[in-house]
Amino acid sequence: AVSMEERRFAEVPRESVKLMAESAGVELSDDVAALLAEDVCYRLREATQSSSQFMRHAKRRKLTVEDFNRALRWSNVEAIAGYGAQDALPFRPIKEGELFFVDDRDVNLVELALATNIPKGCAETMVRVNVSYLDGKGNLEPQGTVPSAVQTLSEDLLKYYQQITRAILGEDPHLMKVALLDLQSNSKIAALLPYFVYVISGVKSVSHDLEQLNRLLHMVKSLVQNPYLYLGSYVRSLVSSVMYCILEPLAASINPLNDHWTLRDYAALLLSHIFWTHGDLVSGLYHQILLSLQKVLSDPVRPLCSHYGAVVGLHALGWKAVERVLYPHLPAYWANLQAVLDDYSVSNAQVKADGHKVYGAILVAVERLLKMKALSLSQPGPGGAGTPWDDWTPVPLPAMYCELYSFFGDSLAVRFSTGPSLGGCPLSAPSQPPDTRKEPPGPAANPDTTRKMPQLTANLNISPRQDGSPRTEPAPPSLARRNSSSRPGQRSAGPSRDVFTKARFPPPQTGPPTFSFLIGGRQMGRRCQGRRFQTSFSSPPPLSTVPPRAYAHKLPVIGRVGKPVRRWTCSHYSLHLPL
Amino acid sequence: MAAVQDGQLNMEVEKDIKTEITNDGSGNINANSSSPGSTSSGGKSKSPAGSGEDQQTLLAVLQFLKRNKLTESVDILRREAGLSADADDSPVSDSAGAGSGGVPNVSADGGDANSLLSRVSIATPFAPPATAPPKVVAASGGEDQPDVNVVLSAYSQQGDPVLYPLYYNGLKKFIESVLDCHRAELSQVFYPLFVHMYLELVYNNHENEAKQFFEKFSGDQECYYEEDLRILSSMSKKEHMKGNETMLDFRTSKFVLRISRDSYQLLKRHLQERQNNQIWNIIQEHLYIDIFDGMPRSKSQIDAMSGSLAGEGKRDANKAKVFYGLLKEPEIEVPLDDEDEEAENEEGKPKKKKPKKDSMGSKSKKQDPNAPQQTRIPLPELKDSDKLDKIMNMKEATKKIRLGPDNLPSICFYSFLNAYQGLTAVDFTDDSSLIAGGFADSTVRVWSVTPKKLRRVKSAADLSNIDKESDDVLERIMDEKTASESKILYGHSGPVYGISFSPDRNYLLSSSEDGTVRLWSLQTFTCLVGYKGHNYPVWDTQFSPYGYYFISGGHDRVARLWATDHYQPLRMFAGHLADITCTLFHPNSNYVATGSADRTIRLWDVLTGNCVRILTGHKGPIHSLAFSPNGKFMASGATDGRVLLWDVGHGLMVGELKGHTDTIYALKFSRDGEILASGSMDNTVKLWDTLKAFDDVELDDFTAATGHIHLPENSQELLLGTYMTKSTPVIHLHFTRRNLLLAAGAYNP
Repeated sequence: AVSMEERRFAEVPRESVKLMAESAGVELSDDVAALLAEDVCYRLREATQSSSQFMRHAKRRKLTVEDFNRALRWSNVEAIAGYGAQDALPFRPIKEGELFFVDDRDVNLVELALATNIPKGCAETMVRVNVSYLDGKGNLEPQGTVPSAVQTLSEDLLKYYQQITRAILGEDPHLMKVALLDLQSNSKIAALLPYFVYVISGVKSVSHDLEQLNRLLHMVKSLVQNPYLYLGSYVRSLVSSVMYCILEPLAASINPLNDHWTLRDYAALLLSHIFWTHGDLVSGLYHQILLSLQKVLSDPVRPLCSHYGAVVGLHALGWKAVERVLYPHLPAYWANLQAVLDDYSVSNAQVKADGHKVYGAILVAVERLLKMKALSLSQPGPGGAGTPWDDWTPVPLPAMYCELYSFFGDSLAVRFSTGPSLGGCPLSAPSQPPDTRKEPPGPAANPDTTRKMPQLTANLNISPRQDGSPRTEPAPPSLARRNSSSRPGQRSAGPSRDVFTKARFPPPQTGPPTFSFLIGGRQMGRRCQGRRFQTSFSSPPPLSTVPPRAYAHKLPVIGRVGKPVRRWTCSHYSLHLPL
Repeated sequence: MAAVQDGQLNMEVEKDIKTEITNDGSGNINANSSSPGSTSSGGKSKSPAGSGEDQQTLLAVLQFLKRNKLTESVDILRREAGLSADADDSPVSDSAGAGSGGVPNVSADGGDANSLLSRVSIATPFAPPATAPPKVVAASGGEDQPDVNVVLSAYSQQGDPVLYPLYYNGLKKFIESVLDCHRAELSQVFYPLFVHMYLELVYNNHENEAKQFFEKFSGDQECYYEEDLRILSSMSKKEHMKGNETMLDFRTSKFVLRISRDSYQLLKRHLQERQNNQIWNIIQEHLYIDIFDGMPRSKSQIDAMSGSLAGEGKRDANKAKVFYGLLKEPEIEVPLDDEDEEAENEEGKPKKKKPKKDSMGSKSKKQDPNAPQQTRIPLPELKDSDKLDKIMNMKEATKKIRLGPDNLPSICFYSFLNAYQGLTAVDFTDDSSLIAGGFADSTVRVWSVTPKKLRRVKSAADLSNIDKESDDVLERIMDEKTASESKILYGHSGPVYGISFSPDRNYLLSSSEDGTVRLWSLQTFTCLVGYKGHNYPVWDTQFSPYGYYFISGGHDRVARLWATDHYQPLRMFAGHLADITCTLFHPNSNYVATGSADRTIRLWDVLTGNCVRILTGHKGPIHSLAFSPNGKFMASGATDGRVLLWDVGHGLMVGELKGHTDTIYALKFSRDGEILASGSMDNTVKLWDTLKAFDDVELDDFTAATGHIHLPENSQELLLGTYMTKSTPVIHLHFTRRNLLLAAGAYNP
């Protein structure tokens, strides 16, 4: 019988002793085992008590294996090897066998030996002094702060840092490329991370210089893509820098010749990339960012470029974000946008142009919203992105389509028919490779060139769709087969139509639009030097039985560029394409 | 940690000591036996009024020595103890002064003559049972018995185990029924009685009875014995008692109780009436009852003083006179003109400075009546550089900030960052220019706190090329190439637990788990000497404020006094019942204080090697000590989170500072002693108003005579401030010469 007194200590049961004896090839009787067990317990207690002495003198609160081993050594008992790790060793039970063991992970020696990323050494032990209390009263800094620079940089690292920043922010584009590439793949720059993050946080001070902003964003991209870097809490700072580029009415935006739109697009792309690749780090930020985007969007005082940023930002965060924030807010926002777009006065021309941008961005966003929603309906299971909201009941797809159609009229319908996933590709889901569901583009797909958006003052230039189309090139499957001539047929044949039959969408009844155009032209601005551009344009169906809003037909579809590109990267991200 | 098994090492010790003794025939020996363990007579010679039993012990020792043909030792012991007719009446000759020879002074405190076996002798199978009580020797019938058995055999007398609870209960009932004023005093008997009864039961193999006994009565014991009770309760077999330190401590030393005569009579009468021999025997054999005349003490008075492993210190133990005053400062001609110029430059008040300086000078010229003679122990002569430093010190002192409750010091915190190795000890130089850390990875690291970098002296070949006549030769000998902010000293093979700069900043001492104390040169940053003597971890070491001497103490319970140029200790201070956890020199260098895991502080006389104070009251191992700058007071901090203040001259506790919630690892008085800073594991620094604390104490003749102080409950009034660090335990504190408080610790994120 075990009395309460004995219960105060851990006990070794006699079975364990017998087991150990057996493993050593000795047969023990019960009496002997019991006696041994008791003695073992006592010796353990004794050793533990003496080991606490070493802990006290090492001025620690935590008893370590090392302390225990010292106690054993000084009482001429062999020390225990193999438990010297600083971290706590997980002690696990196996339920079935009532067996307890220390979890010992296998170490792949080959992998370890051939690893190319050499772990960085421990930082040097050092002493730092700070005045904690002045005259025994309060103090300058918060009480007993610890200096932030715990690590000092080695000379080499410092040199590297200087070279890299100089190259990235300097004039030579080739050098910049090399620097960015190295930043992306270097395994030994962990110590520099805070410094780079600090440099990047300088976006706020160069908001007048698009070029610099662009370079800083590229730096973000390289850091995010570096597989050896653990961004940790620095990711917040990076995200806030990126958000700054997306949302703020940058000083550079004052000049209409500056193409800040591309910057915003790129920043949004980056944001989506960060969320895609570092989801674990930023999951806490998702909601916060959503809120700030919503705030900007619902603030009519903000300039249109900020609104544009909010829309592309939402778009970057995934269709669920669009559904959650942009979609419910659209009716209210529409009134403002409409007012801008309806004003034909000369003084309003610039604002109106901006308005078109926002319009286009919204259109692209809702387009994908509808597509993805249709896809998610046809493919039961967890949605592709976004966090599940339990308290939020989504609007059914047909109703959503109806409402959106009432805003955009046939521009939406046209986009559907001309969009990259036209032909009901996403809707005929079962045959579709699953990778189309990947919303944010993979790192390889990230365009690293900037694109100048075409001006809307372009002259109309009708050209056959194919000649500028990239779709002959190997591209994401959704882009694979497409030409303008086959479109009407595809439309009628596409199984997607079934989904939309309940909608007020008229085309099946009224017949498809017969033209599609590309808007092309030469871009203004000194920097672009008259680069050619093209935009797809399709005339609104004039015979629409359900007349959309009055303005809807006035608006061209924005965002399709017909100019040949080196590669098509991001099928869904139609607002940003490399030229 | 059982030292028992470590036979080989102990044999070495013994050999060492034996050779010392045989080599030194000159008679200047204060040591008294062949074994460091037989410590019984060091103090004995001073107070030959020992009981008959002690005499017999001595005789037994003599017999043993004779048997082993250690005739010289016999002679010495005879002479020391005054046993033979031709005994020397003045055995302690001053010529045995420190520094003059390498003779260890094995000594015990005068009052502790009955500590029959110190740890070392227990630990040594080769050591003779020299000090066992004669009757036990007779009983066990031979000298070749292992010591532990000899010690334990005292428990062989046994009563009926079933009656033990009855006896104990009877006494309990009696004590509960006596008058209130006696109850508190008599209750002190419970704990030692409980322990000895339990041990007797265990020793006689009444395991179940012992357990029952423990369960029944362990709850009655004072909470501060919890730790010991836990160790006791884990011991339920006779075999366990061998090698268990706590048990041996109990058995080998008498538990000291202070009881007023009235209370004692009451107890005695009761026990005799009841014919309760079992208890009476235990009291007779294992307890030392220090009877005093006068009022019985109150519960709070008793609680304040108890808590140590072996009860309170005997009153006799604290009777010796302690010269706590400071030594006269040597007269150094201060170049006043320079000083004035400088003062003028800095503060523009040159005129006020002068008279101040003079008054200071005259003050130091007067001989303090409480100070020891200037030459009581030989001190190293001042070098030119020392004089320069003293001048610097005085200059700095004039700019010292006067601290007080309204003028608290600024605190600078030195955080050790990236100290993955585990920071175990820190020290600052007196002028705060260097900081050193001892680490668990066996390294010692030194940092320069000033912009002046640390440089090594050039190699011998390079040195020969230097023009030795040049004025800046001291500058030229330094190798500029080696300049760096910090230097690492490798040499130890275990964690470095203690570290201490020499006052002249040329040397650094470090003590380690590997059992050595090392002396490092801060000119060459190499190890100069490894002092071997402690065979177990050395927990602490400390330089004398005058340099040259240092003290070390560790797991072997013996504190050793060394001189830097002797590879063997000059004195060995034995008497503590458990590890020596911290060591400290008195400001006048004539005394050393040691704090121990037996929860007592002892003050030792460097000259005679005697224990002159035993201070009890802490309820946990003592980890920090500090003397006030005037040498009159001492502060001590322990794992119980309390700081106790002591009057060194009277050997009295004069204050208790409560507030910390964890072990206090650092204590320091400000330069003028108005403020005490305490740093703790609980990540705080606290400042205490010591001026008020010492003023509030009323010392009338009675309290001074009996030591029954009534402590004021004024911790909260004395606490001037609590300062948090950020996850950094404070392990060292230092006041700069201008009274800026420096604290140090390792940042543990």
